[in-house]
Amino acid sequence: MTALQVVALALVAAGGTAVVFTREPLAQAIVTGVFGLFLAILFMLFQAPDVALSQIVVGTVAVPAMVLLTLAKLRREDERE
Amino acid sequence: MSPRGRAWLFVGGALGMALLLAWGLAGVPGSDVPLGRYAGLLADHAVAERHTTNVVIATAFDYRALDTLGEEFLLFVAAVGTTVLLRATREERDEERAARLDEQRGVATSDSLRALGTGLVGPTVVLGVYVTAHGQLTPGGGFQGGVVLAAALLAVYVAGTWLALRHVAPVSALELSEAVGAGGFVLVGIGGLLFAAVFLENFLPFGTKGDVLSGGMVPLANLAVGLEVAGAFGVILTELLDQIVLRRSASG
Amino acid sequence: MTAVAYVVAVWLLLIGLYGAVTSRHLVHLVVCLTVAQSSTYVLLLAVGYRDGADAPIFADIPVGSPVVDPIVQALTLTDVVVEATVVALLLALTVQARKRFGTVDPDGIRELHG
Repeated sequence: MTALQVVALALVAAGGTAVVFTREPLAQAIVTGVFGLFLAILFMLFQAPDVALSQIVVGTVAVPAMVLLTLAKLRREDERE
Repeated sequence: MSPRGRAWLFVGGALGMALLLAWGLAGVPGSDVPLGRYAGLLADHAVAERHTTNVVIATAFDYRALDTLGEEFLLFVAAVGTTVLLRATREERDEERAARLDEQRGVATSDSLRALGTGLVGPTVVLGVYVTAHGQLTPGGGFQGGVVLAAALLAVYVAGTWLALRHVAPVSALELSEAVGAGGFVLVGIGGLLFAAVFLENFLPFGTKGDVLSGGMVPLANLAVGLEVAGAFGVILTELLDQIVLRRSASG
Repeated sequence: MTAVAYVVAVWLLLIGLYGAVTSRHLVHLVVCLTVAQSSTYVLLLAVGYRDGADAPIFADIPVGSPVVDPIVQALTLTDVVVEATVVALLLALTVQARKRFGTVDPDGIRELHG
């Protein structure tokens, strides 16, 4: 376990904690994207390039996009009433 | 029970869970032992047997293709469930209203964003197709390539209008792609059943190592999964976008 | 030293569950569940990791050199993409919950039923 991997693990733990304690969903979507990138870096350091590739595309494209679209949808619901 | 009470109860339970997990994980062998037997066999023999250089993809689409079939259907069911949930609330579609709204939105979106989106669509599609096709040689495969293709759809929406997205990728085409992908994987498995007497057995010629068409049925399975993932995410994104655009029209 | 990876995996799981339990917004709850999901990826890859080994892709390294476990990677890579679709399903449920109950506060939904 190299020092770089320990640093990446610490970043992932900090990122996860930040995602949970960001209560505002809009800000949380951005923090989730960053957390996904930290996870991808960790996966690369664990010699898993396939998994890192999956995590990059999913964690920075798919999940934040879906969360932001859902928040926009919920805001439209608020405006309707 | 009050929220604070619930939080403290959870902390108590979490401490117990942490202790149990620590006890269980203490028994896992560390990282200095050699690979387990199955993993060692795969790492040593997969390249020679299947003529693919990417052992992870050979494992996912050949040796453990049954697990991938299950995961693929999980994805299919989740996409269908999302469609059912969101479509039930949709009101009648009206192209004229949508066109008017697209005009308003077109004025509001910045030019640099649209230029960036337009420039990104082509390379993203090429990258998605490349990643899907080269799964058996380098890191990649159907799952990653499919999501990249869905990202290209998102770039179309960002760069252009919602109507442009509907013309480029109508929902029926996306659903067809998703269904073809899911069914295609099962057909590959049935091909194994017909030609090699075992479901999902690799029955096509393996080709030479390093070629794009190596690994027997792995490229076919990659293609099927790529179509399915791209279709599933495209359908989900389109349904979510539909909701926003049509709701906006209904309210104003 | 793989113990550090296991500690991080357990921490992510527990902090994700804590966020889900004490959440005030259904979308926040769903994203906390993704944090809990990512703990399983870290755990699987930590189990498969071997010191000083390479990635199990033999394009430029000779067959027989030490590599990490390819099976856990195959499991994890399909898992990452599929869980994103499950997140989409959960978000669609959130939208429906907002329509049915008029609120996205999990506590609010509880009260309406009681």
